Amino acid sequence: MYIESTLMPDTKKDIINRLRKDILLWEGFKPPQAGNAGAFGLGPVEAAFPNGVFPTGTIHEMVCPTLEQAAATGGFMAGLLASLMQQGGACLWIGLSRKLFPPSLMAFGVEPDRMIFVDLQREKDVLWAMEEALKCEGLAAVIAELREISFAQSRRLQLAVENSRVTGFLLRNDPRKVGTTTCVARWQITPLPSEPEGDLPGVGFPRWQVELLKVRNGNPGSWKLEWTDGRFVAIEEKIDVNELQERKAG
Amino acid sequence: MKKRFVSIWFRHLTTDWLTLRRPELREMPFVFAAPVRGRIVITAANVLAEVQGITTGMAAADAKAIVPSLEVVDDIPGQAAKLLKALGEWCIRYTPLIAVGMPDGLILDVSGCAHLWGGEQAYLGAIIKILRSKGYDARGAMADTIGTAWAVARFGRLKPIIEPGGQTDALLSLPPVALRLEPLILERLQKLGFYTIKSFIGMARSVLRRRFGQGFLLRLDQALGNEEEPLQLLQAVEPYHERLPCLEPIRTVTGIEIAIKRLLENLCKRLQGQGKGLRIAVLKCYRVDGQLVEVSIGTNRASYHIGHLFKLFELKIASIEPALGIELFVLEAPKVEDVDPVQEALWSPEGCGLADGCLAELLDRLANKIGGGSIHRYLPQEHYWPERSIRLSRSLQEKRATAWRTDRPRPSLLLPRPEPIEVTALIPDYPPMLFIYKNKVHQVKKADGPERIEREWWLETGEHRDYYYVEDQHGSRYWLFRSGHYSGDHSGQWFIHGFFA
Repeated sequence: MYIESTLMPDTKKDIINRLRKDILLWEGFKPPQAGNAGAFGLGPVEAAFPNGVFPTGTIHEMVCPTLEQAAATGGFMAGLLASLMQQGGACLWIGLSRKLFPPSLMAFGVEPDRMIFVDLQREKDVLWAMEEALKCEGLAAVIAELREISFAQSRRLQLAVENSRVTGFLLRNDPRKVGTTTCVARWQITPLPSEPEGDLPGVGFPRWQVELLKVRNGNPGSWKLEWTDGRFVAIEEKIDVNELQERKAG
Repeated sequence: MKKRFVSIWFRHLTTDWLTLRRPELREMPFVFAAPVRGRIVITAANVLAEVQGITTGMAAADAKAIVPSLEVVDDIPGQAAKLLKALGEWCIRYTPLIAVGMPDGLILDVSGCAHLWGGEQAYLGAIIKILRSKGYDARGAMADTIGTAWAVARFGRLKPIIEPGGQTDALLSLPPVALRLEPLILERLQKLGFYTIKSFIGMARSVLRRRFGQGFLLRLDQALGNEEEPLQLLQAVEPYHERLPCLEPIRTVTGIEIAIKRLLENLCKRLQGQGKGLRIAVLKCYRVDGQLVEVSIGTNRASYHIGHLFKLFELKIASIEPALGIELFVLEAPKVEDVDPVQEALWSPEGCGLADGCLAELLDRLANKIGGGSIHRYLPQEHYWPERSIRLSRSLQEKRATAWRTDRPRPSLLLPRPEPIEVTALIPDYPPMLFIYKNKVHQVKKADGPERIEREWWLETGEHRDYYYVEDQHGSRYWLFRSGHYSGDHSGQWFIHGFFA
């Protein structure tokens, strides 16, 4: 009796786990290859994704309502690009009114001369250029700055990506309406006050509130990350409590 | 191959043109006239005027006396040359080698072209018929040499086509003026009673040279085919070009696509055989109505890949307007380069080679659709001034000459031009306490700086900038600077220039 009762839930859990894995497989999420997990160094953020791996070969949506957030998103994304571009290969940045300052990418481990910028006037052209670029298999990543995108348009991009396995990023600068898209994840990066190192004065390492607003087959969440010495470092919640108390006290 | 030439003579070139422009002149005699040494002299007369005895070179006043109703039009200098050039370009549908024979003719090198129109008779007939139907009084002749064709077109009476090797027979009965001689020699021949070519063609060369000079012999030899005559071609023929004449005028997209594919197949096969690839290709479509439509594509790297080049043309097909139909497609490759036999990596040795070819092709597609000016790549430049620290690079292969600097903080976003802000700063040369940007107050909590960047005096003059890297109460990070030295009463000296990650 005792043995049976402990066995039964285990097997049920196993079955459910196996089914979950199967569903993921059918939906196009490959099980992680050995040594691939944690390649982006996102720590706890990666656990939110299906299989616990940052999904490449799909499109991520970055929502940045303000310029400050756009700057933070640029930094966070550059950190991701650094890992994507490790295998060689170039990166395409399609922009409308691009403000990105290429030399800043170097601080996040991306060589700015491996980035090709396409500056366009019309959103229609951006969509066309992004679709064309996403069909090109050799690219490490394609980034497009777009204000609006409809569901149908995002589906076209998704179809392009499914064949070529290129990773795409949609930067939604100052969006009027954030509707439904086919993107695998929707991010929002907000800058956080930095922590000085020890007693050093001045501004510390860049620190962000990384919010996953939507994840397909994953768990949305919110984390604090810092870019230190060329990698992401997750900030423990404990420090935040102190910070809050400090703020209250201040 | 035996050379064949066609000479076309426009008897009333400029007057025909004016009649086309002003149809009311068709029924009346008119002349072109220009002042020569204080006299108004006729430079061209139309058929009606010529019938009444008016010739070129006559004074306009005399002509008016003969025909009181004569219309005198001011001569347009250079008009004949312009017309001949246009007519010559139109004739390119018959042969690619065309030269203008001033002042009133065209010379076509038609070697190996006539059979496409079903024989020489039909070929020459087609050209002349169309020119006449357009309103130009044209006469043409075909022969082995330019000289004979020229002579027969103007002075021939019997048949316009001189069979190969028949130059001497054709020339015998023509006057010496048919040999394109100088007026002085013509006068001398006239004096000596040489009214036809046969009266002197049998004479010893030494005799002819003594009497009429070397130039005379040269003209004679050129007409007979003993001497080559160079042609000043209207349009230099590109070494890499393909032609596709169509039996029926092409009007549909599918037709144009097939034509482009055919041309590309031939051209790329040739290029591939020689290890070359094209950088620029021009497609010329000759329309039935005489218009020429041109589209061109460019590539980032030499390519003979048919699929890729076709894709580039595909984007342009929409801009080809076939109107009544296109009867000739010409594909030219004005710029051709050697193709690297090995597909070398573009960026780094570990990058996959094929993919990089892919990238170049992608950029070609983008550049051809939206213009190459919108594709940028940046390389570092040894300047501290932020706007000047990067430099545009047009080429994918270009390597950076210096390293990217990481020792100074540089913002993620840089505003195209610094925007003025209002600040409150307590102590000179200290970061501000708070600043107002877009009506929002930002309290500076942490700051780094100043980093002073001087203007490069050898490039421009102006104030230096003191940059501060600041963080406000919400954690947003900014790049501010004060322009010039601190002076308390001076406002608007502070600017925001960027946003940090």
